[in-house]
Amino acid sequence: MAFRGSGPLVRMDGITKTFSGHPANSSIHFEVNNGEVHSLLGENGAGKTTLMNILCGIYLPDAGNIWIKGERKEFRSPRDSILSGIGMVHQHSMLVPSMTVWENMVLGLDNLSQFLPKKQIIGEMASLSSRYGLQVEPEAKIWQLSIGEQQRVSILKVLFRKAELLILDEPTAVLTPQESENLFKTVFQMKNEGHGIVFISHKLNEVLALSDRITILRKGHKVGTVNTGETTREALAEMMVGKRVSFTILKGPANPGEIAMELKDIFVNNDRGLPAVKGLSLQLRRGEILGIAGIAGNGQHELCETMVGLRKSEKGNILINGKTLKRFNPKNFIAHGVRYIPADRKGTGLVPNMNIQENAILKNYWQEPVSRGITINWRIVLDFALSIVRKFNVDTPSLNTPVRNLSGGNLQKLMLGRELSGKPTVLIAVHPTWGLDVAATKFVRDTILQEREKGAAILLVSEDLDELIALSDRLAVIHKGLFMGITDEPERISRENLGLMMAGIALEEIQGNEVRQ
Amino acid sequence: MTIKGLTVQKRKDAPAWLEVFIPVAGFILALLTGAIFLAFLGVSPFEAYREMLISSLGDSYGISETIVKAIPLAMAGLGVMLSFKMLIWNIGAEGQIFIGSLATAAVVRYFYVDNSMIMFVLMFLAAAMAGGAWASVAGYLRARWRVNEIITTLMMNYVAIHLVDYFVYGPWRDPGSLGFPMTAPFPDAARLFQFSGTRVHLGIVIAVILSLLFYWIFKYTRWGYEIRVIGENPKAADFAGMNYLKNVVLVMFLSGAIAGIAGMTEIAGLQGRLQHGFSAGYGYTAIIVAWLARLHPIAVLLVSFLMGALLVGGDALQIVMRLPLSTTLVIQGLILFFVLGGEFFRRYTIKIITEKEPEKWRS
Amino acid sequence: MEIIIPILSAAVRSGTPILYATLGEILTEKSGILNLGLEGIMLMGAFTGFAVSMYTGNPWIAILAAFIAGMAVTLIHGFLCITMGANQVVSGLALTMAGTGASSLLGRHYIGETITGLGKMQIPFLSKIPLVGPIFFNHDPLVYISYILVIAMFLYLNFTKFGLSLRAVGDSPRSADSVGINVARTRYIYTLIGGGIVAIGGAYMSVAYTKMWGDLMTAGRGWIAVALVIFAIWHPVRAALGAYLFGGVEAFQLRLQAAGTTIPTNLLLMLPYILTITVLLVIAVREGKGLLFDAPSSLGQPFYREERE
Repeated sequence: MAFRGSGPLVRMDGITKTFSGHPANSSIHFEVNNGEVHSLLGENGAGKTTLMNILCGIYLPDAGNIWIKGERKEFRSPRDSILSGIGMVHQHSMLVPSMTVWENMVLGLDNLSQFLPKKQIIGEMASLSSRYGLQVEPEAKIWQLSIGEQQRVSILKVLFRKAELLILDEPTAVLTPQESENLFKTVFQMKNEGHGIVFISHKLNEVLALSDRITILRKGHKVGTVNTGETTREALAEMMVGKRVSFTILKGPANPGEIAMELKDIFVNNDRGLPAVKGLSLQLRRGEILGIAGIAGNGQHELCETMVGLRKSEKGNILINGKTLKRFNPKNFIAHGVRYIPADRKGTGLVPNMNIQENAILKNYWQEPVSRGITINWRIVLDFALSIVRKFNVDTPSLNTPVRNLSGGNLQKLMLGRELSGKPTVLIAVHPTWGLDVAATKFVRDTILQEREKGAAILLVSEDLDELIALSDRLAVIHKGLFMGITDEPERISRENLGLMMAGIALEEIQGNEVRQ
Repeated sequence: MTIKGLTVQKRKDAPAWLEVFIPVAGFILALLTGAIFLAFLGVSPFEAYREMLISSLGDSYGISETIVKAIPLAMAGLGVMLSFKMLIWNIGAEGQIFIGSLATAAVVRYFYVDNSMIMFVLMFLAAAMAGGAWASVAGYLRARWRVNEIITTLMMNYVAIHLVDYFVYGPWRDPGSLGFPMTAPFPDAARLFQFSGTRVHLGIVIAVILSLLFYWIFKYTRWGYEIRVIGENPKAADFAGMNYLKNVVLVMFLSGAIAGIAGMTEIAGLQGRLQHGFSAGYGYTAIIVAWLARLHPIAVLLVSFLMGALLVGGDALQIVMRLPLSTTLVIQGLILFFVLGGEFFRRYTIKIITEKEPEKWRS
Repeated sequence: MEIIIPILSAAVRSGTPILYATLGEILTEKSGILNLGLEGIMLMGAFTGFAVSMYTGNPWIAILAAFIAGMAVTLIHGFLCITMGANQVVSGLALTMAGTGASSLLGRHYIGETITGLGKMQIPFLSKIPLVGPIFFNHDPLVYISYILVIAMFLYLNFTKFGLSLRAVGDSPRSADSVGINVARTRYIYTLIGGGIVAIGGAYMSVAYTKMWGDLMTAGRGWIAVALVIFAIWHPVRAALGAYLFGGVEAFQLRLQAAGTTIPTNLLLMLPYILTITVLLVIAVREGKGLLFDAPSSLGQPFYREERE
């Protein structure tokens, strides 16, 4: 079934794409052969997803051409691309949550009879499943599945449609170490079957482990294509960023002070009314960073919202500086010095249509001196916003610019500046460096460490295990609303053990097993 | 170069001139389409529009009549504007106007005092409380249980109208009115001051004061800031600790209260009695006013003047050319259509995709 | 028992126009588009049905004409919302205003006129079944068509390929787009057909139910249909139950008036509207936050493929 002719399976030439003035792709050349794993490497915002979305027919390129198996193709819609044998597994699941796995499998297929032949579909799924080693439950609804399971369904869906080129967009961002291992096995299996695979990532280790060739993009341009055997981690990083990159994070020694915030036996429900946090207790000490690792959807979101007063805990107590909090609302928490950097910047943390000044006072608009009586003193707001913008280097044409026009990095800097003004006692940071380029990421991490020096108690939730291990003084793993274990020495614990904890095995059990061995 | 196709792209910023151009263009296009419709019905559009223009803006009496119509539109429009700003779709202005008028008539009937100052205060408060309470029901249902406020406010319109009908057809009907569904005329102290020579009443002062008040509230107060944030991004508002439930009910109350006051000024200021169907859909037209004014308090005054002209013109059409009042309803709907279409160009721009000649395949 | 059967039978008749409107709106909303212009569409349908029936003497051509008229006016709303991404709430309101005004304007010379319209058609064997027979099978053909429509929609939505695509477009347009389904085209098709079905509901009022034309004759039924879609949780069979419930209220209220009750007319007339609010409240409280779970997730939001995060 694989294309064995001469020449590449897919060839893209001179691809250019601009989004409202912002050049996402500039004249890019990219090829993939069959039986090859070709990685697309680059920082967030380098243009990798845009390029692949063009290949998938989601975007129309402003200029450039695409050849599939030697034939020039024009993709006006995803349908054209799929019919040409391209299959993309998107970073954010493109499955319909309310439908079952088997319904998603055949959605949009042309040669399908009107009255859905359920048994036949499930049968075909089963044979594909076993051939590629992808276990799925055909009758389950998508919203019931974990992200890892959803990803398997997405890959199976693409294979079901007889894709020859598969594109995997940052697939490991949401997987445990074990699940990533399984994914790599699947990729090698597909490679052996003759498929061409594009692996989009910004994680150097994985790219080096998985691929035959690597193409590096930077700010919309192609920097180069190298054979994996002939390059190093440092060389790749330099090509990605454009200058030498140091991989070390400088962290001073731990100096934990008194307990700033304590949670005792709290139970929190999620949006559907089901328990997401089930009897969790933790202590946050001044001058210490507590990292929380875990697969998304295991209660981190609800835990963080409880800790800032956005969500009520059904049972249990929350204490700040030793005093139990009686009134459960965000303003009370803010008044006690709790600050929050949510994962969802444009959604929760900021008001996109309002300008910088109006966003700057979101957390303190009711306090003196910003407001006096019932009015807001906009002159003071101006000074306040100006000081944030200067101190945190937010790049913006003016203070009246609507915040939606700022880049991801500048949005994060603005939010940081706002949250950190007023010396927080407790800082809850969720995925603070997600989607940021290297410079902004370094800035955010440095800022968090500085707050630690200043004595703030910090809770850090992140999907980036490297980041968690490097920044945390103590590291906990959350699974189904409870801690599987907390360690005081994050650097010492193995990836494998972390993976086991993320899958639900308690630390004592793991350590018990290790002793027995 | 060949043209490959068109694509839609989001704009970064909308040029300022569009903000004014779109409503104006919408208005004009609606009138043109209305003209075609009228011609299709065998009515000369030129005659019709000329009649409308003369009657509404042709002389000082016409202008005063336009203002008379504009007053309830402005007040109800401000009420609607307030709730729309928080993305609460209060479609119930019509019912709130009726309930306000009902409360006013009740005060006149049962609590009459021969002192116009006292009567004004009583009627004002009664209308505001009644309208406010009427609207808060829908607001509370929405905030607490997420019941769709479009449907609830709308249903309550029908209930309010039937309620008023019950009283004017029944217990409150004026025996001297020869069977028509209306109350007896209000005594003098219950009437509002009217400017001599015209029918323009005190309501205009109230409307202007309210408009300026809201301008100040949105720009300078804490509460105005809260409303704007809740309307722009409810999640961020939660995050900032703004109380959604409290604000929804409060905003709906005020929204209904203002509409109720509009009802009060209509019957106490203009008509002098409560009668069946006294509001010719002002509550619905107010929605268009608020939308055309892009939810800006001062613009509401201007737009309601324009709409008032349209309605006066519609009255003239009915008398002179025997066209039903629903003609203006069609034009109002058309205006909304065109303005909605025009909004598209505020957010998006259309780009043409071109391509150079394709290179030859090289192996 | 003797009193109940006529009321239930009247409930079915009264509920039929609301049922058509609700079914039409379910189709539209399943694709993700919110159409609040039902009152205007129904009135245009009622007028078209009446006028064409008057001039051709053929009620079936009249119904067809109403269907087409419904599609035509809905096209405006569809174009604004699907292609231009306009605010769907305001557009629906505009459609209500324009449709209501246009129907009044067009129908101004026909007020009080009558037509022969669509007569009753007893189904031979079925209408003799005790209890069920007189209630369900002693009506005009449009009622029977509505039964078929309910069942057909149920099967279509849940068991066919096209139904699957429709549900996907409403629930997750991005996913549907990524597998090659044309989201805009799907939305156009179902919004237009939905609007046409709504118009049939209006035509039923003038051609079959009253057989005459009156200004604003739908009296808010279009809005009740919007509420019923939520009550039905977008499910055709529940829609029928809800529609007949409202039909029952209206039938009951009419009987009370005819029997010379002391309760004033105007207060009785409030019943359907108060019932609507009550029904919505009851559902909202019972289902809590889980209610909107079955709503098409993209309802009311425009979709453009080129939109970047």
